[in-house]
Amino acid sequence: MTFKPKIAPLGDAALLIQLGDEIDTPVNQRVHALAAILDASPIEGFIETVPAYGTLLLHYDPLILTYAKISKWVRAKLEHVEDTELRTPRQVQVPVRYGGEFGVDLESVASKCGLSVEDVIQLHSARTYTVYMMGFTPGFPYMGKLDDAIIMPRLQTPRTRVPAGTVAIAGSQTGIYPIDSPGGWQLIGWTPLQLFDPDLESPFLFSPGDEVKFVVEG
Amino acid sequence: MALEAMDVGGLATIQDSGRKGWRRFGVPISGPMDVFAFRAANALAGNPSNFAVIEIGLGDMTLRALQDCVIAVAGAGYNLSIYLWEFPLWSSFFVRGGWTIRFNKMDDGMWAYLAIAGGIQTQPALGSRSTYRRGAFGGLEGRPLRAGDRIPTGKPLHALGSLAARTLPIEACPSYSNGPFIDIIMGPQTKYFNNKSIETFLSSEYSISLTSDRMGYRLEGPGLTHRSNAELISEGITFGAVQVPASGQPIVMMADCPTTGGYPKIAAVASADLPLLAQCVPNKSKIRFQETTIAKAQKKYRKLMNSLESSILEPE
Repeated sequence: MTFKPKIAPLGDAALLIQLGDEIDTPVNQRVHALAAILDASPIEGFIETVPAYGTLLLHYDPLILTYAKISKWVRAKLEHVEDTELRTPRQVQVPVRYGGEFGVDLESVASKCGLSVEDVIQLHSARTYTVYMMGFTPGFPYMGKLDDAIIMPRLQTPRTRVPAGTVAIAGSQTGIYPIDSPGGWQLIGWTPLQLFDPDLESPFLFSPGDEVKFVVEG
Repeated sequence: MALEAMDVGGLATIQDSGRKGWRRFGVPISGPMDVFAFRAANALAGNPSNFAVIEIGLGDMTLRALQDCVIAVAGAGYNLSIYLWEFPLWSSFFVRGGWTIRFNKMDDGMWAYLAIAGGIQTQPALGSRSTYRRGAFGGLEGRPLRAGDRIPTGKPLHALGSLAARTLPIEACPSYSNGPFIDIIMGPQTKYFNNKSIETFLSSEYSISLTSDRMGYRLEGPGLTHRSNAELISEGITFGAVQVPASGQPIVMMADCPTTGGYPKIAAVASADLPLLAQCVPNKSKIRFQETTIAKAQKKYRKLMNSLESSILEPE
């Protein structure tokens, strides 16, 4: 908690607020807390925020706000982040069929980690993960951290098509592909849940900051 | 229904001012590549600045008016003909039902905007009519326009007679060119690059790769060298951000860019000059970057956008 928050411009219509420089759950929780503070009392010209691991990007309208004004506003809000009580995150349960037709990398992941398939399933489904950020495609949740025993690199060559609903891991993270898309992560299972439907009033299953638990389905 | 697409040779998509409020979920802003020309087309057609228009790029397009209407066309890269006559861009026109509207692609410039009085009124997705091809939503069925599409349009807000034959003088437009100097604001990851690379970036000529698209313009020119790390922990990015991957060739993020990225950003293009960059032609235009301050950049953008409406000339 010794990292001093930094504010820097990204062009003339966005500014980047950095709260940490590593993938770390407490830092990420402060990013979501700051996003909640800023979103709760926006000033005119504020557009939206994009939380990531240790940073929050703020988009604003340069026709309405100057950089001096928006950065001053952010600085004032930053003082409240430390003593803001973190909201209890929303909990989302995700049923997963491990292996099979979609979890095509499960066996190779197990053998490369020197574990049984059952061990990998147990380790992946035992933890509660945080949705650190969303990106890549609409609705893709970057979640962590995985147990060290199942940390795997990305594939050397990404697949051109990964089906929607596929559960995957890469590095210390796990994610779910919301729409059919290319993908370079190791595929270990599939969920029948729909992560994204643009026609719904709440189009996304997850929000940044949510806690996610995978439930093994037969 | 006032317009029908008869022939689409390139990429024609419906775009409004962009999809705001969903970037935290990974949904790009989309919207026009050239926001000035987009706004000019709407202003000339008497529309509010956020109405949906047709963005035409990469090839010819022919449309047909299904009823009397007023259209306005702005942008670059096209010759415009309506019925039997050729017309300059940056103007509004009265079009009789049945007349054809032709866009012929020229060598210079990339994107033209067709606004219709009353706006294009397709079903919004996530609060916006902008087409996002990768996500297959927005616009018409989430896809580019094709021959035979009938495009729903709204009721004009003013009498058609009062909207036709209006023009925007060239002095009010950005200085589009094939050799533009593009204002940039350095940072936030300038320190990822050695001094020589920053000097190279600010003094060299770059061209645009043919692999560029609405997501990003890939630049080709002298390579930049990272001090050590060519990757950073992913963070939010924006339209105009200049990312530099390990190859050392910069990529400028454009309208459909992802919401987050993991390459260091050496700089970001000033809002006022994004239209200039957007209209640059792959393998032809030569771009140079020059550093500006945020205060200057914002002032220039406000001047450009705020003088648009009042610069429009009414017919004599």
